[in-house]
Amino acid sequence: MRPFAYERATTAGAARAAHTGDAAYLGGGTNLVDLMRLGVAVPDRLIDVSGLAHDRIERRDDGAIVIGAGVRNSDLAADRTVRAELPVLSQAVLAGASGQIRNQATTGGNLLQRTRCPYFQDVTKPCNKREPGSGCAARDGENHNHAILGHTLTCVATHPSDMAVALTALDASVHLHGRDPLPLAELYRLPHDDASRDTTLAPGDLITAVEVPPPGMPSAYRKVRERASYAFALVSAAVALDVADGAVRGCRIALGGVAHRPWRAYRAERLLTGMPATEESFRRAALAEMENAEPLRDNGYKVPLTANLVCRTLSDLASGEGGRP
Amino acid sequence: MRVEGREKVTGTARYAYEYPVAGAAYAFAVQAAAGPGRVTAVHDEEVLALPGVIAVLSHRNAPALKPVEDGELALFQSDEVAYRGQVVAAVVAETLDTAREAARLLRVDYDDRPPKVRLSPGDPGLYKPEEVNPSFPADTGQGDPDEAFGASAVRIDATYTTPAEHNNPMEPHATIAEWRDGGLTLHDSNQGASTVAATLAELFDLEPAQVRVVAPHVGGGFGSKGTPRPNVVLAAMAARVTGRPVKFAFTRQQMFATTGYRTPTIQRVRLGADADGTLTTIVHEVVEQTSTVREFAEQAATPTRMMYRAPHRRTAHRLARLDVPTPSWMRAPGETPGMFALECAMDELAFAAGVDPIELRVRNEPDTEPESGLPFSSRNLVACLRRGAELFGWDDRDPAPSVRRRGRKMYGTGVASATYPANLSPSKATAAAAPDGTFTVRIAAADIGTGARTALTAIAAEALKTDASRVTVEIGDSALPKAPLAGGSMGTASWGFAVTRACEALRADLDGGASPPVEASADTTEEVKARGDYARHAFGAQFAEVEVDVDTGEIRVPRMLGVFAAGRIVDPQRARSQFIGGMTMGLGMALMEESTMDERFGDYVNHDLAQYHVPACADVRDIDAVWIEESDPHLNPMGTKGIGEIGIVGAAAAVANALHHATGLRLRDLPLTPAAVLTNL
Repeated sequence: MRPFAYERATTAGAARAAHTGDAAYLGGGTNLVDLMRLGVAVPDRLIDVSGLAHDRIERRDDGAIVIGAGVRNSDLAADRTVRAELPVLSQAVLAGASGQIRNQATTGGNLLQRTRCPYFQDVTKPCNKREPGSGCAARDGENHNHAILGHTLTCVATHPSDMAVALTALDASVHLHGRDPLPLAELYRLPHDDASRDTTLAPGDLITAVEVPPPGMPSAYRKVRERASYAFALVSAAVALDVADGAVRGCRIALGGVAHRPWRAYRAERLLTGMPATEESFRRAALAEMENAEPLRDNGYKVPLTANLVCRTLSDLASGEGGRP
Repeated sequence: MRVEGREKVTGTARYAYEYPVAGAAYAFAVQAAAGPGRVTAVHDEEVLALPGVIAVLSHRNAPALKPVEDGELALFQSDEVAYRGQVVAAVVAETLDTAREAARLLRVDYDDRPPKVRLSPGDPGLYKPEEVNPSFPADTGQGDPDEAFGASAVRIDATYTTPAEHNNPMEPHATIAEWRDGGLTLHDSNQGASTVAATLAELFDLEPAQVRVVAPHVGGGFGSKGTPRPNVVLAAMAARVTGRPVKFAFTRQQMFATTGYRTPTIQRVRLGADADGTLTTIVHEVVEQTSTVREFAEQAATPTRMMYRAPHRRTAHRLARLDVPTPSWMRAPGETPGMFALECAMDELAFAAGVDPIELRVRNEPDTEPESGLPFSSRNLVACLRRGAELFGWDDRDPAPSVRRRGRKMYGTGVASATYPANLSPSKATAAAAPDGTFTVRIAAADIGTGARTALTAIAAEALKTDASRVTVEIGDSALPKAPLAGGSMGTASWGFAVTRACEALRADLDGGASPPVEASADTTEEVKARGDYARHAFGAQFAEVEVDVDTGEIRVPRMLGVFAAGRIVDPQRARSQFIGGMTMGLGMALMEESTMDERFGDYVNHDLAQYHVPACADVRDIDAVWIEESDPHLNPMGTKGIGEIGIVGAAAAVANALHHATGLRLRDLPLTPAAVLTNL
């Protein structure tokens, strides 16, 4: 890898100040260091933020749960409050990676991990995300695992995080050092004509925490994959559902593995609200969300798969098989 | 416990790259980022200027090598690039990080053309190889299969495909090379020290005794280390050019173009039978790929030549010579893809004829080996099927597909036969007795994680009539008596044969009054040659249960059982590990293993273990292997048949057949994925 400077930041302010030029923040390093070995990431300076005091999970007086950016994925998934009140989040984190990686990976790093598109990870091939203007090799190449929603001629990659899908369904936002909090819905972006940016963050922006508003609905995470563990999602769904008197009072649906960002299924949510909580409504809403899907050469299967998965997860939650509260 | 178990679990067992070497330099490989075509420039001056870079090797400056049979070893001998990913240069530096960074920065220019990499049954370039691996005829035939097929009451005509698959042993292909006193010492990860030493002597024009290959511990090979690979040549060349000991390993990503893989196959099988399922015709035609560098022809249809009785039969292999890395051995080459096709076709025939799949196989059991007419040294396929039926709970199975459902899951069970030849090669060995009552056995065998060292210790102790704790077996060194490689499931048989004979001779010397120190040696060449004409094969019956999610198409395998008849089992614990290891690899083949070729670039794109999936622990649930005790006097002194490969052979077909039973879907293309289930359900 390219030789680089390394420094350990002791405060967020110092970390922010040290971030110049081609610097990168280092959390758990489970993705960044791999990309450096592959020559995909070539920072000239690593600022280690794993020692900052962002390692706690706290409940604020207003009921919001605030997760420090340095909280390890294992600790997040095992936290009592998270498990009891945000089962979708705990399930999503545990559905990702392996035990060893979760021990190392941080909350902030998980949010900012890069796509696992094979062309992005191979510097001998074109990729607009890695090298703007070089083209998208995946669009007409091997795209079994790629996007079906919101992709462009520029990029068909998907966001790989499970945790971010759950947080999207939970209407979470990120705290940034020296900036106003940013809802996850505004953090992630679609590729449009510039795939090089996964998020709306400016260079040097530092995530210090993730804030989850007071929960209130049962929720669940379902992830589909070819092997039973240690694989990125073909498709995943984070779903929260509030049913009263047999009707849907509220619901939130976020999808993983289908787009450049965690995909909030607003259309399905709108259609469902006020409708009877039946499998028929669930299926109609799921299919409506898929009306805009544009599958690629190899991933047409994701359209029925996503519809089935959303319908099934909603049905399970409605029948009480999902998590509290 | 394994003889070397303590060293392995405490991390003190050294693997090839781990030997401390004073003054070592580090090499890193540069792969062609284009191809096929020619290298037109290597801008080595740019990286030679970097601090710590010692040398850049390429066709422009590499020492000439003597030609050998395997063209993949002719490293840097010309500017030709046969396929994208071929090694075209190497950087040697003071540290690994410097070497890797310099390799990343090295600019190489190419004059390339579009790659031809698509394997297609209609390719006009398909040709018939002279023979298939290792030395079988490409085609065979008896009777009039076309006419008999047309006249059959029940007919199956189906095409099955298997993708390219990569071996992916845990330990990458790695070498430390050191030139000393005109000779070459190699710490190398391989499946046969004698083979590597002989090939390297040839390449570098040395006397065989001038090359020493040391490999006491090897972290897996699955066939990919059965022949020397470019890593050993690269390290030896870099050490010669720099005058330094050189350490070199391929990265996982690089292994997908440099260390072999299983060819993709397209297999058409035709089975014709009477109404009761008695076979009249078997036709098995295979299309597969090789490279422009060297011919490798996988023997996929050879098991069809000996599995079932039928008067009319034909097998054929056709190859496409493509701009791809040369395919090679991967666990049970031939049997693994071939039996997937044959055993799925047998299941289809059973269903079409309304005959139980086990009864169908029993009904077509031959008395002698079908094509050769040779007697079997022993054949207990039927016993395996019967025993498996009993253990797996087959007898109350409802044959109707797609009728077992619990909640949102569908369930089904399937069976397939397995077979693997009981190979044997000549070997040498010595056995020595010391005055303190201990024994040392020496043989250039390889323990690639199979437990070979432990099995040979038990075999030696038995022949010496002593306790295993008094016996030390030295292996993994070309300076030891010459032995065949760990391949073809013949290690224990071939090495054990020589070890037994050496130990028997030593025992006789001692019983005759010789006093230690005393040594005896053996060479089994004559005895191996003198064996009678028998068809020698191991057999097995493999069972699987699958669970299919109706919403997501996810396929899981809650239960797998293998029942094997593989001669005498020398070491039950290690044998069980071999069987279930093979079955687990077969599970991966069934559900996830697939190297995906990008036809525009001409390389395998999913070239790491995050993208090329093998089973995780969560995939492997209730899996068991048992065996039928066989006493077969026609094999070798131990009565063994070899167990390293047969476990994979029937696994994928058993899963595919179970998937049909669960869902009614006949998926003939591996791997069996949620995408395939959802699009067809």
